[in-house]
Amino acid sequence: MTVHVQPCAAPAEDPVSRAVRTESGQREVFCGLTGIVWLHRKIQDAFFLVVGSRTCAHLIQSAAGVMIFAEPRFGTAIMEEKDLAGLTDANDELDRIVTQLLTRRPDIKLLFLVGSCPSEVIKLDLSRAALRLSQRFSPGVRILNYSGSGIETTFTQGEDSCLASLVPALPAAQDETSSLLVIGSLADVVEDQFMRMFDALGIGPVQFFPPRKSTALPSVGPNTKILMAQPFLPDTVRALQERGAKRLAAPFPLGVEGTTGWLRAAADAFGIDAATFDRVTEPNRVRAERALGAYKAELGGRRIFFFPDSQLEIPLARFLARELSMQLVEVGTPYLHREHLAEELKLLPAGVALTEGQDVDLQLDRCRLARPDIAVCGLGLANPLEAEGITTKWSIELVFTPIQGYEQAADLAELFARPLVRRAKLVA
Amino acid sequence: MQLTVWTYEGPPHVGAMRIATGMEGLHYVLHAPQGDTYADLLFTMIERRNKRPPVTYTTFAARDLGRDTAELFMTAARDAYARFQPQAMIVGASCTGSLIQDDPGGLAKSLGFPIPVIAIDLPAYQRKENWGAAETFYQLVRALAGPNAPAPGTKRPERAAGVRPSCNLLGPTALGFRHRDDITEITGLLGKLGIDVNVVAPMGSTPADIARLGDADFNVVMYPEIAGQAASWLHRIFHQPFTKTVPIGVSATRDFIQEVTALAGIDPAPMLQASSSRLPWYSHSVDSTYLTNKRVFIFGDATHAIAAARIASEELGFKVVGLGSYSREFGRELREAAKRYDVEPLITDDYLEVEAKVAELHPELVLGTQMERHIAKRLGVPCAVISAPVHVQDFPARYAPQMGFEGANVIFDTWVHPLMMGLEEHLLTMFKDDFEFKDGAMPSHLGTGHAAPVAEAVAAPAAAVATESVATGVAAPDIASATAVAAAAAVWAPEAEKELQKIPFFVRGKARRNTERFANENGVATITVETLYDAKAHFAR
Ligand code: SF4
Ligand code: SF4
Repeated sequence: MTVHVQPCAAPAEDPVSRAVRTESGQREVFCGLTGIVWLHRKIQDAFFLVVGSRTCAHLIQSAAGVMIFAEPRFGTAIMEEKDLAGLTDANDELDRIVTQLLTRRPDIKLLFLVGSCPSEVIKLDLSRAALRLSQRFSPGVRILNYSGSGIETTFTQGEDSCLASLVPALPAAQDETSSLLVIGSLADVVEDQFMRMFDALGIGPVQFFPPRKSTALPSVGPNTKILMAQPFLPDTVRALQERGAKRLAAPFPLGVEGTTGWLRAAADAFGIDAATFDRVTEPNRVRAERALGAYKAELGGRRIFFFPDSQLEIPLARFLARELSMQLVEVGTPYLHREHLAEELKLLPAGVALTEGQDVDLQLDRCRLARPDIAVCGLGLANPLEAEGITTKWSIELVFTPIQGYEQAADLAELFARPLVRRAKLVA
Repeated sequence: MQLTVWTYEGPPHVGAMRIATGMEGLHYVLHAPQGDTYADLLFTMIERRNKRPPVTYTTFAARDLGRDTAELFMTAARDAYARFQPQAMIVGASCTGSLIQDDPGGLAKSLGFPIPVIAIDLPAYQRKENWGAAETFYQLVRALAGPNAPAPGTKRPERAAGVRPSCNLLGPTALGFRHRDDITEITGLLGKLGIDVNVVAPMGSTPADIARLGDADFNVVMYPEIAGQAASWLHRIFHQPFTKTVPIGVSATRDFIQEVTALAGIDPAPMLQASSSRLPWYSHSVDSTYLTNKRVFIFGDATHAIAAARIASEELGFKVVGLGSYSREFGRELREAAKRYDVEPLITDDYLEVEAKVAELHPELVLGTQMERHIAKRLGVPCAVISAPVHVQDFPARYAPQMGFEGANVIFDTWVHPLMMGLEEHLLTMFKDDFEFKDGAMPSHLGTGHAAPVAEAVAAPAAAVATESVATGVAAPDIASATAVAAAAAVWAPEAEKELQKIPFFVRGKARRNTERFANENGVATITVETLYDAKAHFAR
């Protein structure tokens, strides 16, 4: 393959200037520990040990819905009174727990010590602990640490902290060839679809991060091009850039347009000509558009309101507005990274009310006043809003369900159509 | 530190939330980081409440820690007061909030709201959910009813002639296991006896209602884990006696009737004669013979577990082979109960320990919580849920109390349902040589052909698991690793394996496990037909 190196798309100099309301007040979001629920499914030989309180243990249990009946690959080292008093004891205790855990679970190859609010507030140094324990358990087990605490992270940011902590462990790329690194957890089925697409386009080698096995970490170097599959990974991108990798400016692969733009960014970076690109993507595009057609009548003209939750809100809003003609009443996001979202912001219809951060009571007031046809929100708000006659979609489902790529575009639309269909069907 | 995978109880501030959410007109201002707002979903999703819990979280972040988190707390409290206009407010901190030592109580007092503001100090690193609920309720009762206490040394005035006796129902909370329906059941029962209910608290009460708890003649403690402490205080200060029997099961309900009528000065006889439950007749019916001496393992909160043991043993004729609880505060009561069934009490909040115990005892039925449901599923044992923590499906739409006579009916149905296979098992053993019952046989309602999809039987549970995973977004667990643990050292001789195949498929797994266990314990290397029947004889009960 002839490698045609293009200058990496620079960060958009002029991201469309948009008015953004910044709100701070009471939030209604999960903390970053929640990421464990999908990360432990993705990295199949990793274990996540939260060093925290009973609240942290209760949170992951509730977020995971107490649904797993095999022993899951996560747990909590619950701190007790005595651990708070003397920090040296807490370190001894942690060593004891890790030893106990690794003896019980010899299948673990990668152990994350996950920091929480209490462990951060008392300044328990988990990076030192990870180093100390690594020395004891290497080479069999790699031990890393990151913070998923609610004072540092919301919801999907936990994945960012986790992946960023893995970056130093990535091997250096050995040769001069350009390679593509797709970052952000995707369902395996979506990964495989993208892989086939990249192959057909002649883009490669392609690696995914996080990998399914911690023993198969992708390599990184100055010729690595990063394609973000999830919008919530600024720390990971920064860490990868420090290793020389370049980020490709692209929208996110949601909907036909987003997926096309996303693939095109990769194609352009690998010097794939437009004709090839069109030839390869066209059948999928056409099929996806056809599938979306069914939902246009259902969703077109409907008014949607986003509470901030996963940081997927802006790409989702762009998809719903442009491909399904929905009207955006308010788009809330817990955090807005203007550079990484520049391509999305360009596509977002003019005059959209964007909110960064949250004051939940005020936002609920606005939502009630606007009476949208559907509101996207966290689990804590969904039933109360339904009781007020506002149809809802749980944002967490958008994180857990495969929604990226052409083949999932219609599934994504369906996630929004279903609550509306239900509302229309139920007479009692 | 304590390593835990699943926990039976949440942190103590979740207990306080259960009190506040059950009540009206009370607001809770909680000093907590943003992620702690997850707790809302316990109420809005698991219990399907249609309102947000009356809780304002300060949701401080790392950047606030350097600045004034105390100011943040005061702003949150002020806003909450202005917006919700509660009759009373409770304030406190979650585990993280408590570490930054802002003193929510003092801060809230300094704001000078014209309503009672009660500081709830919950040691988050020592205590858990039920304790937090009990402490919160106790503090509320002290603060709100306290001012109406009779002067020390004064006697309770006699109830005037012609006035019906009255009581309070204490203990039901939001997220409680069937609390809502138990209230209805017990209120009805007391009404029939001629006893009025003054206040039900905390569930459904307002701070003003709590202030008039002292008006009742006595208290009914429905859930000792939550109301025990408040009831003792009311006894000391208001001289209100309280009930000790929890009316779960037929016998306990009858005892309860005796107890309340004694407190109210009423004759229980007419009620005891008239009242009935279908449970006793059902368990005496010929159809229930198969229940006799079924080996049952029980685990839950102390109240429900102890009640379940009594019902299991006395009202259904089961054999209690294990009894345990995560309510350490009620260890004494549990140990006493365990003695009655001659079992070793298991008091722990480590679900792995419970799992090991269940595996060791290999009961035929598990009565437990959501955790035991998972344990039982993994071990292939039938299970019914008797106590919190529970799943959304344990908040049924239909009326399903645990207490009183109707509660006993509900319990009979729920416990016996997972055992129905037992009855079929009994019949199948009688007919086991009949061609209809060979593995291959298709159910008759599916029409012709005995060419039976053996694979289907295996595939079905896997499919069920897969569906569940899709529904929940959580991928199927590694079942193979769980079964691998059970792998035996002894080897099956071909003719023994063939004999094993003659046993109906749904009991075959158990027969296999028992035989392997027997072989391993007796140092048998090769399992023959003889070993199979030796084992059967050994485990026959
Ligand atoms: S998912 Fe299935 S097994 Fe798990 S708790 Fe819910 S109903 Fe029970
Ligand atoms: S917000 Fe903090 S204390 Fe609460 S669950 Fe998350 S990490 Fe634990």
